[in-house]
Amino acid sequence: MQDSGISVLFMGSNFLRLLEGLWVTVRISLISVILSIPLGILFGMFMTLKNPFSKVISRIYLEFIRIMPQLVLLFIAYFGVTRAFGWNLSAELSAVIVFTLWGTAEMGDLVRGALISIPKHQYDSAEALGMTKMQTFVYVVVPQTMRRLIPLTINLTTRMIKTTSLVVLIGITEVLKVGKQIIDANRFDYPTAALWVYGVVFLLYFLACWPISILAKRLEKRWR
Amino acid sequence: MENKIQLQVSNLKKQFGSETVLDGINLDIHKGEVVVVLGPSGCGKSTLLRCINGLETPTGGTVSVDGIEVTSSNKKITQIRQKIGMVFQSYDLFPHKNIMDNITLAPVKVQKRPRKEVEQDAERLLKRVGLWEKRKAFPRELSGGQKQRVAIVRALCMKPEVMLFDEVTAALDPEMVREVLEVMLELADRGMTMIIVTHEMQFARVVADRIIFLEGGKIQEESSPEEFFTNPKTQRAKDFLQTFTFEKRKTNNI
Repeated sequence: MQDSGISVLFMGSNFLRLLEGLWVTVRISLISVILSIPLGILFGMFMTLKNPFSKVISRIYLEFIRIMPQLVLLFIAYFGVTRAFGWNLSAELSAVIVFTLWGTAEMGDLVRGALISIPKHQYDSAEALGMTKMQTFVYVVVPQTMRRLIPLTINLTTRMIKTTSLVVLIGITEVLKVGKQIIDANRFDYPTAALWVYGVVFLLYFLACWPISILAKRLEKRWR
Repeated sequence: MENKIQLQVSNLKKQFGSETVLDGINLDIHKGEVVVVLGPSGCGKSTLLRCINGLETPTGGTVSVDGIEVTSSNKKITQIRQKIGMVFQSYDLFPHKNIMDNITLAPVKVQKRPRKEVEQDAERLLKRVGLWEKRKAFPRELSGGQKQRVAIVRALCMKPEVMLFDEVTAALDPEMVREVLEVMLELADRGMTMIIVTHEMQFARVVADRIIFLEGGKIQEESSPEEFFTNPKTQRAKDFLQTFTFEKRKTNNI
């Protein structure tokens, strides 16, 4: 059985290990997404306030998170914070914090964009019908904003799932790392294993993201 | 036309920064009266309407409806707005709601009227403008003229005492203008108090009880439509009317 790299997948607990790795990936990204969406919505609303102070604050936050590569943020959270304050954050917690900070910034900007894309005369006609600011927001602005946000939020979610592969570098063994370990362990016996293992990793990522896309499509159709 | 003053505008002023848009407007509108506001673009017609229902806060002067002043105090303004219906140029229906829901939203949520009753009103009004079949459709499925008629119904369903029309046909294709104007003519016949800003001169002439000619933030001329169109008093009004007429310049002898 010299060249059948596929058999590597079924040796020992290899496949199970890959699934566990996937779970780490999904766990980190889902927790971050679940935290980012409400925080991002609040941040987005904060950004639309007509207050110079809030504008400066949100600008600085957004630019900082955007300009810094996620990897650098991870290093700051994991190594830097320990250095500076002596807090010993676990790798996974640091990852969740960084991805939440990032997700909140990105989500906030999406929410801001969706909010300002509602034409001014939508507000006018709602108010002319006697609605209060709150009623206008709840019945007119939010439903329209939601529709615009769904595809963008899904895009952000899948991006977050994929970007979590960076957490390897602060020592978290997620799906890609497990795959690499399996390949390395079988490098001499099964040189073609790499293709199969990476193929499966690709498939696992796909399976993690695909249901989210389907859900998005459903929602978009229903809320059209 | 009764003699009761329904809407009173006194010494209304509005400035945007250093620019004066309305410069002391005085206007009394009686119950059942149809007033058409004419004037070149940028003369403050839209701003006048927006001040009347409190979408803009006046810099000075007052607007009162039924003797109650339109102020920007949140509680009062929403009550006043229920007495004043407004229809805009850009027929801004709510795109996420179907026609019926567009119409019933405000009466149910703002006036807290029972949905059943509101839907009956909506049915009657939609049938009147010939759009009952479209009640389940979404705004994007309607033509501009249909959307504008729905917007009028939506405003009427609040049972307003005064209706404001802000260039409601300006964004429509010519063949759709008529269907909207017909609805407005019918409303006028039924005794609705209306203030209409329009560029449709022939329509203005037919529908108006009174023409207000606005320029430079001031009322330059105020008269009956007959008088205004045949024999305008001011030079400015003459110049304005001149812009709507063309004379043949090309001669056939080459």
